[in-house]
Amino acid sequence: MSIASIENKLLEATVKLIEAAAVWLPDDVENALLKAYEIENIPATRSFLKAMIDNVKIAREKRLPICQDTGVVMFHAAVGDKFPFTGLLPSILRKATVEATKRIPLRPNTIDVFTGKNPGDNTGRYMPWIDWDFVEGSDTAEITVLLKGGGSEVIGRAKNLIPAEGLKGVMKYVIEAVYEAGPQPCPPIIVSVGIGPNVSTAMKLAYKGLLRPVGQRHEIPEVAKFEEELLRAINDIGFGAHGMRGKVTALDVHVDYAPRHPATLSVAVVINCWAARRASMRIYPDGRVEYLTHPHLNKEVV
Amino acid sequence: MAEYSLRTPLSEEDVRKLDIGDVVYITGTVVTLRDAGHRRALELLARGERLPIDLKDLVLYHAGPVVRKVDDRWEVVVIGPTTSTRMEVYEYEMIEKTGLRMIIGKGGMGPRTAEACKKYGAVYTVYPGGAAALQASQVKRVVDVYWLDLGVPDAMWVLEVENLGPLTVVIDSKGRNFYDEVYAEARRKIDTEIYPRLGIK
Repeated sequence: MSIASIENKLLEATVKLIEAAAVWLPDDVENALLKAYEIENIPATRSFLKAMIDNVKIAREKRLPICQDTGVVMFHAAVGDKFPFTGLLPSILRKATVEATKRIPLRPNTIDVFTGKNPGDNTGRYMPWIDWDFVEGSDTAEITVLLKGGGSEVIGRAKNLIPAEGLKGVMKYVIEAVYEAGPQPCPPIIVSVGIGPNVSTAMKLAYKGLLRPVGQRHEIPEVAKFEEELLRAINDIGFGAHGMRGKVTALDVHVDYAPRHPATLSVAVVINCWAARRASMRIYPDGRVEYLTHPHLNKEVV
Repeated sequence: MAEYSLRTPLSEEDVRKLDIGDVVYITGTVVTLRDAGHRRALELLARGERLPIDLKDLVLYHAGPVVRKVDDRWEVVVIGPTTSTRMEVYEYEMIEKTGLRMIIGKGGMGPRTAEACKKYGAVYTVYPGGAAALQASQVKRVVDVYWLDLGVPDAMWVLEVENLGPLTVVIDSKGRNFYDEVYAEARRKIDTEIYPRLGIK
């Protein structure tokens, strides 16, 4: 296959990936909502959850965006050092964003901070956003797209704690963030926490945590235990779906960390709304594409 | 907790009877405005100019739809509420100056809005955020659009809706705010149950 035809093929595959994220909630998130609906017993909370679950089905069947805020288009690319098309990816991801905005359609959400202009295609300076990870020894690339809604960003925050505050201080910081957010970020939310030597690393880890499926615990037992404690505490706050009261304020909590500096303990919190739109695909060195979060797409010819 | 189906224009009596927790379905005209639209509307009103559509007795919707144009006609693809807290700084004046009767949004609003609701006879309601495909079927047509120079999300969309809902009354015209009560309970749980259990001071 020529480079031009591989480029076209990957462009189409990426548009499809963005569409999958916009219209088809990942199974892990949908199952968590269904579980919340079973657990809750307050009528108003149940009726809100039912509207959300019905909405997920309608969106999937009619291929409509789940939420009108189709978010900021954020890619994460985990690229093998032997993957042959790394250099093509930035332009493919950008073109795919423009095309997906027209085709699905997505709401044009990029407003230039200085001119106030909205180009209408979800691009702009540094947009779509791309985070990169490099994977040693691999010849594939794994691309994930997050459509990150604005409402749930309202409360994203980071702070340098005093090391003496320790992990209890981290917990308190997260609980207070969730309390302050209240019904604003469309609960039940997914809370992602990064801990590290400075707010930059902490925030990067917090965003990376949004890539992890709901229900998947951290591989390190101490971190997994911390996640569970935090999840229980957040759910005990009692906001429930959209603040209608209830037992499920968060669908999950993800925590990751890097070592701290002797003088620092930085923590970052990022929240995703219940409509956690995420889709991943793997690109092989021959240009073949495999959809990971939406395997039904593998049956369709790209 | 009662359920109501209301038709625009809404009368003061229509909204004065609503209590927090009540569920409402709206048929008629709703008008979308977000941050930028609120700002522009208040600037125009301050200069003594009129808005493109008179909001008196109508429903203001905190929303920015996904739309598409089919043969010169706009169609709503999906629509749902945006976080209302951002509009708190504008809403007292909007209610005071326009005579709107109902706000639809999500996430809650503050004491100034509640004060205006009480004084002028209006309510703030919420629709489940994110359920945009479900709600699209309740929008019959785009009647008009103004201020597209603000961008699609921030423009003023005039929509004809049928049984838009379920909308839950979060601020009524009697000074009660459902979310204030939810927040107060949450604070109590955090301070008396959650922090002591975790050993957090």
